[in-house]
Amino acid sequence: MKIILKQVTLLNPEQKLNEKNDLLIVDGIIKKIGNVKEEDFKESKIFEFENKICSPGFFDMHVHFREPGREDEETIESGSNAAAAGGFTGVACMPNTNPDIDSAEIVRFIKEKAKNHLVDVYPVGAATLARKGEALSPMYELFEAGAVAFSDDGVAIKNSGVLRNALEYSRHFGTPIIEHCEDESFSDGAMNEGLTSTMLGLQGIPNVAEDLIVMRDIIMSEFIGGKIHIAHISTKGAVEMVRQAKKRGAKVTAETTPHHFTLTDDSVKTYDTNYKMSPPLRSSEDVAAIIEGLSDGTIDCIASDHAPHAIEEKEMEFIFAPNGILGLETQLGLVLSELFHKKHLTLPQVVEKLAVNPRKILNIRIPDIKEGDAANLTIFDPNLIWTVDVSKFKSKAKNSPFDKRLMNGKAVAVINNSCMFFEDKFFSI
Amino acid sequence: MSLSNKHLLGLQNVPKEDIQLILDTARTFREVLERPIKKVPTLQGKTIVNLFYENSTRTRISFELAQKRLSADTINFSTSTSSAKKGETFKDTVRNIEAMKVDMIVVRHQSAGVPQYLTRISNANIINAGDGLHEHPTQGLLDMYSIHERLGKLEGLNICIVGDIAHSRVALSNIFGLKTMGANVSVCGPATMIPLGIESLGIKIFSNVDDAIAKNDVLNVLRIQLERNAGTRIPSLREYHKYFGITSERIEKNNKEIVILHPGPINRGVELSSEVADGPYQVILDQVTNGVAVRMAVLYLLGTMH
Ligand SMILES: [Zn+2]
Repeated sequence: MKIILKQVTLLNPEQKLNEKNDLLIVDGIIKKIGNVKEEDFKESKIFEFENKICSPGFFDMHVHFREPGREDEETIESGSNAAAAGGFTGVACMPNTNPDIDSAEIVRFIKEKAKNHLVDVYPVGAATLARKGEALSPMYELFEAGAVAFSDDGVAIKNSGVLRNALEYSRHFGTPIIEHCEDESFSDGAMNEGLTSTMLGLQGIPNVAEDLIVMRDIIMSEFIGGKIHIAHISTKGAVEMVRQAKKRGAKVTAETTPHHFTLTDDSVKTYDTNYKMSPPLRSSEDVAAIIEGLSDGTIDCIASDHAPHAIEEKEMEFIFAPNGILGLETQLGLVLSELFHKKHLTLPQVVEKLAVNPRKILNIRIPDIKEGDAANLTIFDPNLIWTVDVSKFKSKAKNSPFDKRLMNGKAVAVINNSCMFFEDKFFSI
Repeated sequence: MSLSNKHLLGLQNVPKEDIQLILDTARTFREVLERPIKKVPTLQGKTIVNLFYENSTRTRISFELAQKRLSADTINFSTSTSSAKKGETFKDTVRNIEAMKVDMIVVRHQSAGVPQYLTRISNANIINAGDGLHEHPTQGLLDMYSIHERLGKLEGLNICIVGDIAHSRVALSNIFGLKTMGANVSVCGPATMIPLGIESLGIKIFSNVDDAIAKNDVLNVLRIQLERNAGTRIPSLREYHKYFGITSERIEKNNKEIVILHPGPINRGVELSSEVADGPYQVILDQVTNGVAVRMAVLYLLGTMH
């Protein structure tokens, strides 16, 4: 099948590409950029994409799909649909499934389930068996089966000696250890520690809970030389430590989430459990530091930490409700509304944070926009104003604090694996 | 005169006029409690559910008695949160209770925010009987009532809350309520028990209990609750008593005029010595009687609101 994206702005900082042009895609392969002739238009489906941006497909390196184990909350398919609707062509899914992704069999199971979808799903293997922080998982086998990184996400690798071994061992295949940085001795809190937690009568989790583990991990990474990736960075102190570590040349990278650069712990005031996550929403000072870290490159990328939960589980008393919120279908809107339109990031930087850097961190090839290459593209409109409606989400779950929020900027289409998602439909191209 | 809110979720943001109205109304009911027939028909036909997810015999009995004195129909639902967690969800329980057409819900829960959540899923008047580490507004009100009863005013008094401030719902309700009524509120306790950022509420911190006694008109002494993890924040109850316990010697030495409150139940020999607990400074049993009157006032004012 032939499709033409007319007058779309091609944007890929990796190729130094930033031009308005036509794009001819035949059977999923980019056949021609620009200079599309009269005859090409015949029998082709034409998309008028003037004023829209076309970049390498976006990649979310931190999502929780609940398969295997809690298919009632999210399956690999429903999660992949949510990813496509949110403008993503690739995701890395975290290992806290049931069972955990700590055997090659589960990695293969996920790859198999994800097959034939527009969205590529890359499993992140558990760093330790059952994420208990004791014995290393069969990392080599997991890597060979397709794991792109290792993590005990949900918690940090509990034991520093085990962290050392995981970092050393993973050097064999160059994958990063992704760390959920939280010192467990502070984890009985339900929100950020501060005046707000005092006023709300909720046990707090102080910034140092994150800072201590970030510090440990940076020190360990510099000692071993292994790659550490700090997941969902949320504190001013952690951003500064990563900044300094990078200056020293440490192999440290970091991601943050849309909620951590958009919301503060003030939101918890209504006790709405959609504002309960780990790490917790922090202070406005932390939010400012995160935005600064994104602008100056300290924070490499943005990931959603998409965490679906069943309605009855989230509709619980605040201290008992599980952590986490949906992210895939609101992420791009928040990045564009809160970072691009507020002039903290340029559009090329947005593409770096959403498409380029996550793949670099995970050693996944960054799709080029060039003739002869398979089309792996996200087309988005940075000025499309829309309102979030969770009832229309592709995700099986509905736990989003952003319902009814006005956004400026949205994905219009995604293309990958000879498949296109446009106007709420998937079709082969 | 009526209250400005149909629920009593906490004393934060409750206007002075409302607090004054509750205290004045409580004074009327306090007189009723001295009569031979202690019952008034004010809430006849109203159904009130006491929804207690946390064991608290004293508070429940006080509410129940207040309801009976007002001739309301009372239903008690008590369960521990751990067993509730396994079975029906909290929301389903509340929906079920609502379906039985209740007018008011008095709720005690281990999680902060539950009373606020209830207002979103129920049409009943909600009264917070203690939520997590957040608030316990009727306790705050009865403390204020008892102080006023003894000293004739609240405005301008120096009142210090002593103990585990960070893990106390009584402390927050006292702080909010007393500040609104114009008292100078301070706290005293081991540094591990003082919540972060409390100074920014205009609260003075005493790190020395002798200073706290010397410089205040009233001490509201909180119970040290080992079940709230106090054990990890102080070395021992013995050491707590030695440095922060209120004893007659300390009172004799520093301030013989002081008034001592305690929300009960008392750990004798920990936060209060027995002599103080039974001595002339304390108003602890008055607090219990006043508690019924204050709760009657709250139930009456909310139950007759339109
Ligand atoms: Zn995490």
